[in-house]
Amino acid sequence: MTIPSPALQPGAWSAAAMIAAIVLASTAGEVLTAAAMKSIGDLDEIRAHSGLKGAIHAVITCPLFFGGVSFLALAFFSLLFALNHLNLSLVAPASASLTLVTNAVAGKIFLKENVDRRRWTAAVLVCIGVYLLAH
Amino acid sequence: MAQPKLSAWQYTILALVSICAPLGDTCLSRGMTRLPPITLDHPMTLIAAVFTPWIALGIALLIGFFASYLTALSWADLTYVLPATAFGNVIVALLSRFWLHENVSWQRWAGIVLITVGVGFVAQGPALTERPAPAVEVEQEQVS
Repeated sequence: MTIPSPALQPGAWSAAAMIAAIVLASTAGEVLTAAAMKSIGDLDEIRAHSGLKGAIHAVITCPLFFGGVSFLALAFFSLLFALNHLNLSLVAPASASLTLVTNAVAGKIFLKENVDRRRWTAAVLVCIGVYLLAH
Repeated sequence: MAQPKLSAWQYTILALVSICAPLGDTCLSRGMTRLPPITLDHPMTLIAAVFTPWIALGIALLIGFFASYLTALSWADLTYVLPATAFGNVIVALLSRFWLHENVSWQRWAGIVLITVGVGFVAQGPALTERPAPAVEVEQEQVS
């Protein structure tokens, strides 16, 4: 088992850049994926009418879905890269909590979702809660 | 049309999203910390990492997460699904306290309370944004 020595630990700016890359790629991926699933419709209903094959076909023939998956794959490899250099206790809560806020903003702007006071409050409470869990 | 109340099946899907994601991330972390440091000079080593046992298990759990997540996004808003499924972080913290007998600091308990309250807040509201029906559908309804 090899653990990076302190000399190899990245600085604050490098750590921030790694986390920012995860957050941006993840937000773009989730917004595109959400837009794709809204355009497809209720998967449970599609599966009830056309079976599992029909549901899978509906998903994989949606171009927006592939845009979303591409960004989510980018976020995944950014996460693997960051986990190789930083602790999970920093990367997971920081990226998860920041992604909640960026997704609330992106959901309101791009998906025209009704992000009311209740959802903002929930996003901020969960964001602070996730941060506290890391300490 | 918006569905203000979710069915038991839909809550099960949200629970699967909550559980699979943190467990998958934990497996990935365990796998990646066992590997030597990876640099951008050798990006293919990241691909090779995918075939190690812990990372493969993490990926299997994340595939389960992704299938449930896509299903949830097909009947609920992104800004509803994300806070609602953050309860997975609480599950991991509670498991570490009562199963692994790890010490949970007061900050973590505060985090658990805040996430639980946040999930409670969002779960009380509608899962889907109500949108005006397309004009054609409205006309058809008026005719019938």
